[in-house]
Amino acid sequence: MSHVRDTSPKPYGVVAEFDNSDALLEAAEKVKAAGYRDVDAYTPIPVHGLTDVLEWKDDKLGWVVFFHGIAGFAAGYFLQWWTSQGIPVSNTALQVNGLLPYPMNVGGKPEFSIPAFFPPAYELTILLAAFGAVFGMIAFNGLPKPHHPVFNAACMNRASSDRYVLCVEATDPRYDEDEIEELMNGLGSLSVERVMTSEGY
Amino acid sequence: MANNPPVDKELLVGHHTNASLDATIGDIILNPATHNEPAIKTPIKGLMTSPWQIAFGLGFLLLNVLLLSIVMLVWNGIGVWGNNQPVGWGFDIINFVWWIGIGHAGTLISAVLLLLRQKWRNSINRFAEAMTIFAVMCAGIYPLLHTGRPWVAYWLMPYPNWLAMWPQFRSPLVWDVFAVSTYATVSILFWFVGLIPDFATLRDRAKSKFAQVAFGAVSLGWRGSAKHWHRYEHASIILAGLSTPLVLSVHTVVSFDFAMGIVPGWNVTIFPPYFVAGAVFAGFAMVLTFAIPLRKWYKLEGLITMKHIDWMAKVMLATGLIVFYGYIMEVFYAWYSGVPAEMALLYNRYNLFDSPYSWAFWTLIITNGIIPQLMWVPKYRQNMKILLLVTTSISIGMWFERYVIIPISLTRDYVPGSFGFYSPTLWDIAMFAGTIGLFLFLMFLFIRFLPMINIFEMKELLHQMEHDDKHSHDHKENGKLATTAQEGAE
Repeated sequence: MSHVRDTSPKPYGVVAEFDNSDALLEAAEKVKAAGYRDVDAYTPIPVHGLTDVLEWKDDKLGWVVFFHGIAGFAAGYFLQWWTSQGIPVSNTALQVNGLLPYPMNVGGKPEFSIPAFFPPAYELTILLAAFGAVFGMIAFNGLPKPHHPVFNAACMNRASSDRYVLCVEATDPRYDEDEIEELMNGLGSLSVERVMTSEGY
Repeated sequence: MANNPPVDKELLVGHHTNASLDATIGDIILNPATHNEPAIKTPIKGLMTSPWQIAFGLGFLLLNVLLLSIVMLVWNGIGVWGNNQPVGWGFDIINFVWWIGIGHAGTLISAVLLLLRQKWRNSINRFAEAMTIFAVMCAGIYPLLHTGRPWVAYWLMPYPNWLAMWPQFRSPLVWDVFAVSTYATVSILFWFVGLIPDFATLRDRAKSKFAQVAFGAVSLGWRGSAKHWHRYEHASIILAGLSTPLVLSVHTVVSFDFAMGIVPGWNVTIFPPYFVAGAVFAGFAMVLTFAIPLRKWYKLEGLITMKHIDWMAKVMLATGLIVFYGYIMEVFYAWYSGVPAEMALLYNRYNLFDSPYSWAFWTLIITNGIIPQLMWVPKYRQNMKILLLVTTSISIGMWFERYVIIPISLTRDYVPGSFGFYSPTLWDIAMFAGTIGLFLFLMFLFIRFLPMINIFEMKELLHQMEHDDKHSHDHKENGKLATTAQEGAE
């Protein structure tokens, strides 16, 4: 029952570096074919087809954006309906908090003017949907994360420039460093490295 | 990749690799000495300076003019401006609309061209988006100050308060608040998302500890994981899809500020489309005004190529024609409606001897309607001097478009007793010069500290070009077909 965080170095994975995306795609296919499950790749540009090869799919973001958009639209119309018509209530918590509706007759238009209230609702739809897209992307990606164990690999210095890195992670049930290293060496990689971490992954 | 059409080979001139792209774009920021080049002789003996220093210095100088004019305005009140009865808003609305319009090209390039898979946007989108953000900032200053008490500008927003007072949501001015603030927010988010992978590149490329930590922090620890890229691309395309209707709505709402009024010359249905086209027109002119000198100063001719310039000039020509059509329709409406007030307005616009503002109308027609027609000539689209002449002319013309719309209509409406005259004061002009200063100041700060061309998208372009090459070697016939199809499309 130790309360001290275990910081002894543990294997994080084995990485191989390639100098172009086609070599990476080919290698990823072979690594998957060899039966490894926890595989990720680090590339300077989005490589199309890579997530298909890695058999990884995630469509959550689209739904997050969709529901944010719906929420923005509903909030926009609700705000305008409540403030311009609402339900007359008095002596309630709403009144105390300054949340009472204040109907105004503007040019004889209805209190709840659906067409005139469209632009603010429309803008709020876009605003909230954009929040959903940006912050959803950042959150699902687990960012911000200033340090990640894979940065311990020397080849990651160039993974944002001109190197394509493939990584088999230690969480893989079939993880065996020697076997993976041998496999990766046969895939035309520039170098293969074992990555250690002391972050408790 | 399969559904991407082949890219034009002329979009990237010279031999490039991923590393050389990093160096070309990234080192502009990481090596401060770049900004001391090219050296320009000054009248003071022995003192050399660079375009960056001159432009930044000028921007800083004018920024101070802006601060001074804001102090003057807040201290004395709106009276220091030329606004009067019947011209309740003059330079403030003119400049607001002008700046907002300039911003629109950035969103068009980053969003609409992304949806249309136009790869030529890759080398111009970053600084066009920067222009969007800075132009919206310049625009936002005007309505905030025109409230007279900018410290209570939050009254524009709906918030619970003891008076139970809410904004008047049926007013286009309130729509403006929503549209412009959403536009500013979404533009900044889109810009930041685009910058994340580039920050990671700069973090890995930086030599100094400070730059590494700073870029590391703003990159959010981006590591280019395949899963991250997947969501990233998903988010980008969604943002593009959201920004496209947004950018159309923003200038539409701005045009509603006028079109919803019953003032002669304003109450026309053509305003929304012609404002949006005018915004893109002005925006592309401003993008070119910056792109032409920047590519020369920073030796980016290989990335922002003659092809880019040519295509931007063509977009400018096309949107310019839409705008010109708008002017023609305004004249037609006035005549066809048979409304005396509209006819009188038309007369006030074109009659050179009888009306005080007709010179502005004819300046507009010359600078915005006639001079841009030079862009029909392919040779002129390759001539930097003529291009700069045309873009400057458009910037002036688009400003006069708003000048024609506002004082002419307001000083001559239905009741002769309320006719008036409008002329700007020194502080109107000082504030306008000041916002230009703010824009220059921010643009050159941006060039100093952030990558002005999207690094990872340029790499993507390079990657696709290499793929196209391979593809055409594999299937010569298909390659040929693709080339002919492309030539046909031009």
